[in-house]
Amino acid sequence: MARIVILGAGISGHTAARYLGKWLGKQHAISVVSPNAKWNWIPSNIWVGVGQMTEQQVTFELDPIYKKLNIAFHQAKALSIHPDGGADSADPFVTLEYTDATRAGQTASIPYDYLINATGPKLNFGATPGLGPDEGYTTSVCTPAHALHANEQLQSAIAKMRQGATKTFVVGTGHGMCTCQGAAFEYIYNVDHALREAGVRDQARLYWISNEYELGDFGMGGVHIKRGGYVTNGKTFAESLMVERGIEWTVRAAVKRVEPGKIHYEILDGSEHELDFDFAMLIPPFAGQPMKAFDKAGEDITADIFAPNGFMKVDADYKPKPYEDWSKADWPNTYQTPKYKNVFAIGIAFAPPHLISKPMQSANGTPINPAPPRTGMPSAAIGKAVAESIRDMVAGAPEPTHTANMARMGAACVASTGSDLFKGTAATMTVFPVVPDYDTYPEYGRDMNLTFGEIGLAGHWMKYILHHVFIYQAKLRPGWSLLPD
Amino acid sequence: MTAKNKEPYQQAYYPPAPTGLTRYMRTSLVWQFYRFWVINLKILKLLLRSHH
Repeated sequence: MARIVILGAGISGHTAARYLGKWLGKQHAISVVSPNAKWNWIPSNIWVGVGQMTEQQVTFELDPIYKKLNIAFHQAKALSIHPDGGADSADPFVTLEYTDATRAGQTASIPYDYLINATGPKLNFGATPGLGPDEGYTTSVCTPAHALHANEQLQSAIAKMRQGATKTFVVGTGHGMCTCQGAAFEYIYNVDHALREAGVRDQARLYWISNEYELGDFGMGGVHIKRGGYVTNGKTFAESLMVERGIEWTVRAAVKRVEPGKIHYEILDGSEHELDFDFAMLIPPFAGQPMKAFDKAGEDITADIFAPNGFMKVDADYKPKPYEDWSKADWPNTYQTPKYKNVFAIGIAFAPPHLISKPMQSANGTPINPAPPRTGMPSAAIGKAVAESIRDMVAGAPEPTHTANMARMGAACVASTGSDLFKGTAATMTVFPVVPDYDTYPEYGRDMNLTFGEIGLAGHWMKYILHHVFIYQAKLRPGWSLLPD
Repeated sequence: MTAKNKEPYQQAYYPPAPTGLTRYMRTSLVWQFYRFWVINLKILKLLLRSHH
């Protein structure tokens, strides 16, 4: 009987758990470790952040779901990985600390034959002084609790505006090296929509600030799409939408610190600026979860297993090289760690070989560039591919049997720009591949027939349906495995 | 009263603005119902190309 441990139950971890449970749950021991009792459909948090959805609509309890597949659920955070075993154990194991109310603070170790690290990001608010809802002055939509807090702040601002106040809303990225611009992009349009619905849009100044070189970069170096007889960069459409909704913007910006009501930021030319705000939602930079790794003798081997930013090294090419030499071959295929063939990292937990957008530094040496996105569709595809590989390796395959290379994989993003069954809209964007492939597509690095974007009510319907379909699938309702990931 | 010149060379001066027809089509139920299926087909093709 094989023992499979999955650290993390986000989009990629839960996808891997679902399939491994379906294929191996009856014969093998599968465990999932997550500090959160509930699963969260993160893309819908932006609707919680404007009061269009409740926390209950975007979350559900994990334990009853895993019981259906004979998966053991540990509500705990992983502390360390011991891939060679330890003094008291010849088998590899992980240590964890429980976070549920009955066992909070208790530690345990779980042995494994196969380990999947799907721990997702550490929301690194501490990288920017004054950032975040807990110890800072800005809001976030990265978790349901953060989104609820953001909505409280938003509704409070709207109530004051109904009495005649004017307010400045700033949305974007809270550091020079953030990813996940798409969530902020959706949020600013939903704030705009909420303000219009409340009849107070004229009293609001909406301002976008991000670390992208141009609007529409999204950490993928932007995209080109065919439209109106031209091949046009996505920047054109992103700027058009900002102007149409009366939103101002600053790009190439690294937020350096936040004080009550004031954002301090630097732009690429090295100049420093201030921006006053009444309400700010700024996405934090991501880092890997703070896990350690030890060898059998107890020596710290964290630097061998993890990159300095805390993400786990896998079968990517991490040799530093100039931007012009980056290629699709740098990106991982199997997500297997080089030294330990039974350890994999998926979703945001794997260390990308480098950025996708071109690295930029300010005149003062501050890096100002988006980190590569690994969320949503790519996360699920990677989780499923690794689950398939482990299923086959348990059955005797000597190597991983499935790949999910981001340079051979597309992604679809449906970004809500206002939620309403008949008046709502969303920007639907697809890109293929996520990582540009100039060998296959010399002109733009992408397949122009599969890379497109448009705004409309159909996108809103898609976003709404996807919300229900993915939650249905994640809850393992009948036929879940027939639905696309 | 004579209308004043609109300030050029500002951020909002350059991007393309949707025409009335474009804005109408974005929420036209008939057109969007058609686009819904077109978008679904495009995403299905993307998914099929992404699986190895």
